[in-house]
Amino acid sequence: MYEIVKVEELAPKIKLFEVYAPDIAEKSRPGQFIIIITGEKGERVPLTIAGYDVKKGTITFVFNEVGKTTRQLGMMKKGECIWNITGPLGNPSEIRNFGKVLCVAGGVMIAPMLLQVKALREAGNTVVTVMGARIKELLFFKEEMKALSHRFYVATDDGSEGYKGLSFLKDVLASEKFDRCIAMGPVAMLQTVCGLTKPYKIPTIVALMPIMVDGMGMCGVCRVSVGGQMKFGCVDGPEFDGHLVDFEELIKRQRMFLPEERLSALLWELGGCGCGAS
Amino acid sequence: MPKQPPEVRRHNFNEVALGYTEEQALEEADRCLQCPKPQCVKGCPVEVDIPAFIKLLREGKYEEGIRKIKEKNSLPAICGRVCPQEEQCQKMCVLGKVGDSVSIGRLERFLADWERAKGFTIPERAPPTGKRVAVIGAGPAGLTAAADLAKLGHEVVIFEALHLPGGVLVYGIPEFRLPKSIVQAEVDYIKKLGVELKLGYLIGRTYTIPELLKEEGFDAVFIGTGAGLPQFLGVPGENLGGIYSANEFLIRVNLMKSYAFPEYDTPIRVGRHVAVIGGGNVAMDAARSALRLGAEQVYIVYRRSRDEMPARKEEIENAEEEGVIFKLLTNPTRFIGDEKGWVKQMECIRMELGPPDESGRRRPVPVKDSEFLMDVDTVIIAIGRTPNPIIQRTTEGLAVTKWGTIMADENGKTSLEGVYAGGDIVTGEATVISAMGAGKRAARAIHEYLMSKR
Repeated sequence: MYEIVKVEELAPKIKLFEVYAPDIAEKSRPGQFIIIITGEKGERVPLTIAGYDVKKGTITFVFNEVGKTTRQLGMMKKGECIWNITGPLGNPSEIRNFGKVLCVAGGVMIAPMLLQVKALREAGNTVVTVMGARIKELLFFKEEMKALSHRFYVATDDGSEGYKGLSFLKDVLASEKFDRCIAMGPVAMLQTVCGLTKPYKIPTIVALMPIMVDGMGMCGVCRVSVGGQMKFGCVDGPEFDGHLVDFEELIKRQRMFLPEERLSALLWELGGCGCGAS
Repeated sequence: MPKQPPEVRRHNFNEVALGYTEEQALEEADRCLQCPKPQCVKGCPVEVDIPAFIKLLREGKYEEGIRKIKEKNSLPAICGRVCPQEEQCQKMCVLGKVGDSVSIGRLERFLADWERAKGFTIPERAPPTGKRVAVIGAGPAGLTAAADLAKLGHEVVIFEALHLPGGVLVYGIPEFRLPKSIVQAEVDYIKKLGVELKLGYLIGRTYTIPELLKEEGFDAVFIGTGAGLPQFLGVPGENLGGIYSANEFLIRVNLMKSYAFPEYDTPIRVGRHVAVIGGGNVAMDAARSALRLGAEQVYIVYRRSRDEMPARKEEIENAEEEGVIFKLLTNPTRFIGDEKGWVKQMECIRMELGPPDESGRRRPVPVKDSEFLMDVDTVIIAIGRTPNPIIQRTTEGLAVTKWGTIMADENGKTSLEGVYAGGDIVTGEATVISAMGAGKRAARAIHEYLMSKR
């Protein structure tokens, strides 16, 4: 059992949890993830680690309340316990002095990107950050991100704040040289970013979170084609060379269980309170 | 032994074999010849004193009977169900040479079920030795090693990566062959021996083995992490939707109880025409699960002939009775998807058997120009599992074979001092009981190591 020590609503339906998990906190590194399960009947949900504090013995993660499990989780309060958390899982990000790094984050992945940016900064990089969301109301950690970045851009899909979409990056990439790009966010965004950096041959790392069950290399549902080879998102990743990822296949695989996920959420809505968690 | 009739059981996940009644058990026990030099014991990887427990059963001394089994075997209800007895103890039974051997497994199951219904008695433990052992993996090897070490007075902590203990017993073997409540009950028994269980700890990530020994205060480590990495065919279209590894399919069904979706949150999708690739027990388990999930047709597609199938005969028969269709000497060459990326067809090629290969079985050879298409909307690939590599990658100095298994001697001793290993992680994919045997031998070796190290 893992006690929730802090709950914060960052934006509508986006929540931050800080959880007491000293063994996991001690081993966590930027880029790694955890798997949570809310109860015996629950599903295993992978979430990227957004922070850790060895002294306090806590880890932080941010999630979007979309499906049944994340909505159930969203109803949990400080002092309540999460049934099980496994982690840290996956390989840590490569953090060293690359030179100038472009960091692009979208949606809930803004949170783990903040951790990444901090680490890259400490390693001596010049960091240019782009954070984006569907609409301006969903942007969070703006000030924190801005404070850590050498340069900072905001983009929204509808243009309600900052740039409209990511096409402005074309000009940025045409006018200056980057040594590396890191993108974290929805698959469609990752694909767009990779399309933009490819002509400039900027090594582009994408953090993938394909469908997972065990998250430790057993089930193989998270398989991704990278450069024509089969890789497992959980143990070979979660970060891959974005220019080699078969995004079309990944997008199709992400949608495999959409009807079931919708059904599950719908039934839960009709059922009500969410106390069937365990 | 009474079983659920095939037409009923193919629609439910309840246990297929119902177990002996007391009368049947006594009758079967009576057939045992009580040989002066019993051969059956030689066939048992954990050395259960078979004639002695059968004698006690026969005399109606059930409590003493189960005690006798548990001197050697801490998981009798599990072994009584999933051991390949016909290849082990029962194969050696003298009666088998002239007719039917004694159904030792079913008698073991009878006593274990009797005890579980009544409530467990916890055996006495040796006085505490002050030594601590970390056991990695709560599968058959780890549970056995932990139980034996605890009985010897050591402090034992099991680290299990999944959120439930049991390893392959909970994620791999379906409910209809091994009810999960039974695994839980036997795990609870092991906990009552004083063993601590830490769930959700992936060793290699949360702690490495050197950290367990140097920082976490353990005097020895036993690695029983099994063979959990799925193998794929390596043919085009394998990443289409609807194509599962047997591990994924069985983890969803068994561990996550997807058959009870949406009551349980993890979904599974099974179409009308299911092909299971492979011929082992895992393939049979997957095929029979697919039937129970509502598939109309379920095929076992296997590249050799029936005689070479590695599955237990009993499981092949069970599958056949339930309506699984066998397509033998057939091998998939590619998968074809629909516009949504879901599998709709599978191209196969016919095979014939050539001379024996290194496994001693006749090598399947493709028949030229014999490709044909099968309409399928679900494919389950059950062609074997390889060792999980996380520990090997994170433990410096641990000797590993070219197959990725950990090098260990007969007693589980590895290249590192104080580090022992056993089960599928050493042998490659094998049986529950052979893993238990390895756990048992390692426990003995660890005990000797700890007691000699003052």
